[in-house]
Amino acid sequence: MSNLSTVAYLVSSVLFILSLRGLSHPTTARRGNFYGIIGMTIAIVTTVANPGVLSYKEIGIAFVIGGLIGSVIATRIQMTALPQLVAAFHSLVGLAAVFVAASAFYNPTAFNLGSEGNIPLGSLIEMAIGTAIGAVTFTGSIIAFGKLQGFVSGNPLVFKGQHLLNLILGLAIIGLIAKFCIDQNPEYFWMIVAASFLIGVLLIVPIGGADMPVIVSMLNSYSGWAAAGIGFTLSNNLLIITGALVGSSGAILSYIMCKGMNRSFFNVLLGGFGGEQAASSDGVKDDRQAKQGNAADAAFMMKNSKTIIIVPGYGMAVAQAQHALREMGDLLKAAGAEVRYAIHPVAGRMPGHMNVLLAEANVPYDEVLELDEINRDFSDTDVAFVIGANDVTNPAAKTDKTSAIYGMPILDVENAGQVFFVKRGMASGYAGVQNELFFRDNTLMLFGDAKKVCEDIIKGLEN
Amino acid sequence: MSEISNQLENLSFKAQQLADQANNLASTVVDTSGGHSDFLIFGITVLVLACFVGYYVVWSVTPALHSPLMGVTNAISSVIIVGALLAAGPIDSNISKYFGLAAVALASVNIFGGFVVTNRMLSMFKKKS
Repeated sequence: MSNLSTVAYLVSSVLFILSLRGLSHPTTARRGNFYGIIGMTIAIVTTVANPGVLSYKEIGIAFVIGGLIGSVIATRIQMTALPQLVAAFHSLVGLAAVFVAASAFYNPTAFNLGSEGNIPLGSLIEMAIGTAIGAVTFTGSIIAFGKLQGFVSGNPLVFKGQHLLNLILGLAIIGLIAKFCIDQNPEYFWMIVAASFLIGVLLIVPIGGADMPVIVSMLNSYSGWAAAGIGFTLSNNLLIITGALVGSSGAILSYIMCKGMNRSFFNVLLGGFGGEQAASSDGVKDDRQAKQGNAADAAFMMKNSKTIIIVPGYGMAVAQAQHALREMGDLLKAAGAEVRYAIHPVAGRMPGHMNVLLAEANVPYDEVLELDEINRDFSDTDVAFVIGANDVTNPAAKTDKTSAIYGMPILDVENAGQVFFVKRGMASGYAGVQNELFFRDNTLMLFGDAKKVCEDIIKGLEN
Repeated sequence: MSEISNQLENLSFKAQQLADQANNLASTVVDTSGGHSDFLIFGITVLVLACFVGYYVVWSVTPALHSPLMGVTNAISSVIIVGALLAAGPIDSNISKYFGLAAVALASVNIFGGFVVTNRMLSMFKKKS
């Protein structure tokens, strides 16, 4: 590698760092994205200028086909489907890592890795590890995509001996890597790929739908480590730096998500949390009656309030209610109320999902606040309007030590003068825990589809 | 006399062979371990330092922009295209090249998709007017 290309790769590494840095504030974020594009362009042009790269036509065709597919999908995708899109994209990075490693294995001279069947040990280990991580990322992301899209049931799939099987497979991969490094047999390479594909599936199937924010972040992290692994094979610092940035980014996001649920990363990975199992294991029959209201009551009460905090959750995304919700907020503002939005860290199916949906509905970002910023304000608030969220408002997390969600940071909506819950029915939330709030005196349930309820309230406000 | 000179010739021939063998061995050692193991240590250094940079940069990202963060990291992790391009580069067609071309296509889906979707997200974030 010539010095010039090394410098060019360094420039793209710095641009990638700046692109992440730009995301520290919405005003600088678009510039950040632009830095990322420039960095990627420099990386590609530098590589294509490499004397070993000569098949311009074929590369051009592959690049244009891929680019078109990517652009069309990204332009058309609905913002509510963002989590599955990101999961699908992660799977592609994983598969690309496997292909690059396979290519390096079959034609090591193109990568300065010695000759076929005579690859140095260090490179073999790096190649095998990069392949394994890439393969796990590929199938893991596909399962995550399937769960988010609804192709695969969102319920956790647990069976006896699951963790033992994973352990055996993990050890088998290590054994295969050792065998592969000793005799460089292509069979072992593909056995590593196959075993890693399998473990990727098995790791994600036991994890329930609402734990997906952690999993999507984790796979984001894996795709970074896969890139870094390939960076070692190619002796390329750009790949290592970028891989480390992406890897640590995903790891930090998973950590934030776990903290938002007061669960350890390991606990999430073990799976089996939530879904039907948890709901049935709860089992306590509740005969109490929750007070039920209608949209006209809610409209009347909110029209006469000074301060309103809206708490959106995944249910809002499912019902595509963000536009109707924003319209309702506008009418309330016009009636003289202060309207703000409170976002729980794990609301939605990926980190920051609610913020994007509200932004899509033209809610200004300075009206959308994080848990720490707004939680104290509930006690001075007339109305808390909870739409499609449940567990993140459950006060049992603060008081009931036996509860599955004990210790989870929650939004203190119960402190507001009046609480409205927009829900489809009385079913408990993802964690399978009954929400005490439903039976409080200051709570009114508004049953129905989130979008429909918002539209009915809008009608009430307009009268 | 002729016997001695023959022996000498033999000896010098053997010595030459030995020297050649030693030379070959030395160059294989350099080929297999030398350059590369140096990079391993260097690469690990870079990796660890980059993790620290990533740690501080990512914690400074505002939680409201965590979805765009995933979009951007998703796009830049496709820098793996560098490896894919090298793999797809050679003129002669073989299995290795086809793997490379497939990887180029996959990575470019991600590059364009990642940056476009992030741009879409970011263009929606507006301040109160």
